[in-house]
Amino acid sequence: MIATDGTYTLAFAQIGKHDLARVGGKCASLGEMTQAGVAVPPGFAVTTDGYLAMLEESGLRAEIERHLARVDPDDIDSIDRAAQAIRIRIRGHRMPEAVEAAIRAAYASMGEGTPVAVRSSATAEDLPDASFAGQQDTYLWVKGADAVVEKVRDCWASLFATRAVAYREKNKIPHVDVNMSVGVQKMVNARAAGVAMTLDPGTGDRTRIVIDASWGLGEMVVSGVVTPDNFSVEKVLMEIIDRKISDKHVELLGDAERGETVEREVEAARRKTPSLTDAQVIAVAQLAKRLERQNGCPQDVEWAIDADLPDGENLLALQSRPETIWSQKKKAAPASAYAVGMMGIVNTLTNPLAARKKT
Amino acid sequence: MDAMKSMFPSAFEVPTPKGAEGWQDLYPYYTHFLPQRRAQDDATFWFCNSQHWPTPFRPFDTVMLDFAIKGLGQYNTRHLLVPPANGVDYRILNGYVYFSPVAVPGEQIEARVPHFMERAGHYFMNWGDLYANWKDKVLAKIRQLEALNFEALPEVEALEVVTGGVGLDSTNQLFDQYDKAIELAYKIWQHHFEFLNLGYAAYLDFFGFMKGQFPQIPDQAIAKMVQGVDSELFRPDDEIKKLAKLAVASGLAPVFESDSTEVILANLATKAGGKEWLAQWEAAKDPWFNFTSGNGFYSTDKYWIDHLDIPMGYLRDYIQRLQEGDEIMRPTATLLAERDRITAEYREMMDDEAQAVFDGKLGLARTVFPYVEDHNFYIEHWALGVFWRKMRQLSKLLKDQGFWENDDDMFFLNRNEVRDVLWDYSAGWAIGVPYRGTAVWPGEIARRRKIYEALAAESPLPALNNPPEVITEPFTIMLWGITSDAVERWVKSDEDDGALRGMAGSPGVVEGVARVLRSPDQLSELQKGDILVTPVTAPSWAPVFGKIGAAVTDIGGMMSHAAIVCREYGLPAVTGTGNASSRIKTGMRLRVDGNAGTVTILD
Repeated sequence: MIATDGTYTLAFAQIGKHDLARVGGKCASLGEMTQAGVAVPPGFAVTTDGYLAMLEESGLRAEIERHLARVDPDDIDSIDRAAQAIRIRIRGHRMPEAVEAAIRAAYASMGEGTPVAVRSSATAEDLPDASFAGQQDTYLWVKGADAVVEKVRDCWASLFATRAVAYREKNKIPHVDVNMSVGVQKMVNARAAGVAMTLDPGTGDRTRIVIDASWGLGEMVVSGVVTPDNFSVEKVLMEIIDRKISDKHVELLGDAERGETVEREVEAARRKTPSLTDAQVIAVAQLAKRLERQNGCPQDVEWAIDADLPDGENLLALQSRPETIWSQKKKAAPASAYAVGMMGIVNTLTNPLAARKKT
Repeated sequence: MDAMKSMFPSAFEVPTPKGAEGWQDLYPYYTHFLPQRRAQDDATFWFCNSQHWPTPFRPFDTVMLDFAIKGLGQYNTRHLLVPPANGVDYRILNGYVYFSPVAVPGEQIEARVPHFMERAGHYFMNWGDLYANWKDKVLAKIRQLEALNFEALPEVEALEVVTGGVGLDSTNQLFDQYDKAIELAYKIWQHHFEFLNLGYAAYLDFFGFMKGQFPQIPDQAIAKMVQGVDSELFRPDDEIKKLAKLAVASGLAPVFESDSTEVILANLATKAGGKEWLAQWEAAKDPWFNFTSGNGFYSTDKYWIDHLDIPMGYLRDYIQRLQEGDEIMRPTATLLAERDRITAEYREMMDDEAQAVFDGKLGLARTVFPYVEDHNFYIEHWALGVFWRKMRQLSKLLKDQGFWENDDDMFFLNRNEVRDVLWDYSAGWAIGVPYRGTAVWPGEIARRRKIYEALAAESPLPALNNPPEVITEPFTIMLWGITSDAVERWVKSDEDDGALRGMAGSPGVVEGVARVLRSPDQLSELQKGDILVTPVTAPSWAPVFGKIGAAVTDIGGMMSHAAIVCREYGLPAVTGTGNASSRIKTGMRLRVDGNAGTVTILD
């Protein structure tokens, strides 16, 4: 059990849908998955209350507002200057004692020295039209309470990344409407990892689950540094329809000594070997399908296979969020009305499918 | 490729196999490629129907070809007025049959539509009643076939014939019985096609709708939504399984260790519980052992009921598997739940309007599908099984009269020649002289047998002449899986690497050792885990699907028997490869990919 205070920290297992405003989209989704029994690496959220407490203490909020008031929304240099000043200010600021104590206590209960990922989870992240994905920071393989506290503060600061500030200015999103929660999650020792989409991103076909997978942590897949293996699974029959095995030349691994991740060349023998067995492909697809059902819409799922866990328990969901591109497209109306009854039969006979398919 | 040259040879340029000279005498003139009609026949695309007739015809066996193809045609052309399709023309070349579906000229299609809608519509609207009525009609004909009996003509007519003033002799009975047998076979074949193409059309309508909704949906997913789990075609196998279970439960398993069916049955009668077991065995025989290990189209087909060694062999296998702890019964509840799950999940992915259309089309497809599956038991297995048994009885009778030397030699005569032999027999009997045929037929049959064997030693060509630009004829596509793509595969099949391509009949990937079977008589050669490679499978092979690793066939589509049964058993299947059974040899290691529809020879 992770020891949290319920105000500044909440364990994933405690987080429900109604906590969205306090923990942001990413942590809320981790909480929901945990509660639904999906295997998720354990962890806790530093709530937005913690962030707000920091702003309220010693006039930090007023200072931020002063910087932002001077910004010319059309001048990227002025935005950059203001954003940088705010970030420095946040990073240099001492965390309120109660917040820091809550974080330290929660982390300690996970086991002092446990490597964790520290990820920002902004409250506006999943606004339907404002995908903030990638605009906030993630720190992998963080070890020790001091480092965790520091990275939480860095995540808060990342809310004022130049790009994020510019985005809000441009879209007229009040800066005070966006708050920052931070997830602290036990690090996965990923043997392989990647993403799964519960539709074919190329065609929008909802009968497919498409999986990208590579060696090591999934960041290499998400950032596009390696060409991942690509599997296409039929969603209803749960059969692998297509597989493209790529040359995966590098992998990202955790370095426990240094408390950070390292890029490493993949040895020749493993580069062109599938990063997932067929059984693992199906397990990932089943996980993604389950998350789609739970959330009621197509999902984009990050997952990893943990090298330290036994087979059958080693597939972990790291994140699940709604797929936004195809889901927002209006479905094209059928070119002509469906032929039903006898007309359907007549159509089928006079225009057989095998003849139609042939061009 | 030379643009002027045909993709496939002309029938008139295909050489006669060595030793088969004069093969044309074995078959009626209307099945020949006639020089007088060369221009028309060369301008037509013909494909070999080796799916239904994988081996050459003995002359008598063309009775099935004639009746089947005429029955198929009459419903399209004269009963239902299927808008784009008339019947299927046919020819025999070197003992194999070639088909050419006859399209309705474009300008006539429109006018047929309202008639088709009225006529076919009536069948769809009243399917349940008409199908129940169909069963009654067919069962009545089976009973009539069962009642046929061929008896030798008496030395002298009975006194009552004279005193009763009958004035007619026993030959009338002989002619009547033979004519009745042929007539019943003819009618049985018409009933065979009464519903069949409508069933396929409804299935294809649903199939096309699903492909429209989900262009990438696997064919097998569509099949799984429609297929039932309680087809009568599964009954014979299920009966054997039940008998195996009863044998084990009653402690009778050791009795089945004997190799002789007779010994087993005799021993059972003396054992505790044996009587009950024998009663169940007898009950299962009629009708379920009216089950051929072929497809019913050949006089050489072996029916379980005439060859109890066949079901007994399967029974022994099942008993052994039960003793090893295997579950042998089909998990029907699981299969049904799976069908419901698949149906619901695809349906959920559609919008409301499409869901309503889906419900309608799936409903019709499920209504018609039991016929598509079950007719095969009533016609090919049961009715034709009885027909062949009666014909063998007649052949034996005529052998005893000296017309030929072997029990089944009659099948080297065509059905009209048999009628002549009956006349020869009757006239000779009446006149009191030897039958002339006894001097003719033994020699002629020997000549025909040699020709037949020479024909059977050669494989047929897949097709003749040039295919049309696009194959659109619906029944060619439905019944034989012959599409423009398939024709391309035939042409390319000799040119590529080691991979054979076919249809993805049943999903899964398996590697194993090939066992090539050219005849059902070889079924006992199959070892556990073998990959069955064969021109075509039959429903009565069901018991072997419990022990093979995968199936590969030359012929057949998604709804072919091998594909259906493999999906049931969760085995990979690749169907319609064209020539796997001749390219693959027993003992080769294969990789069968039932998702991609490929077979790779690994060494």
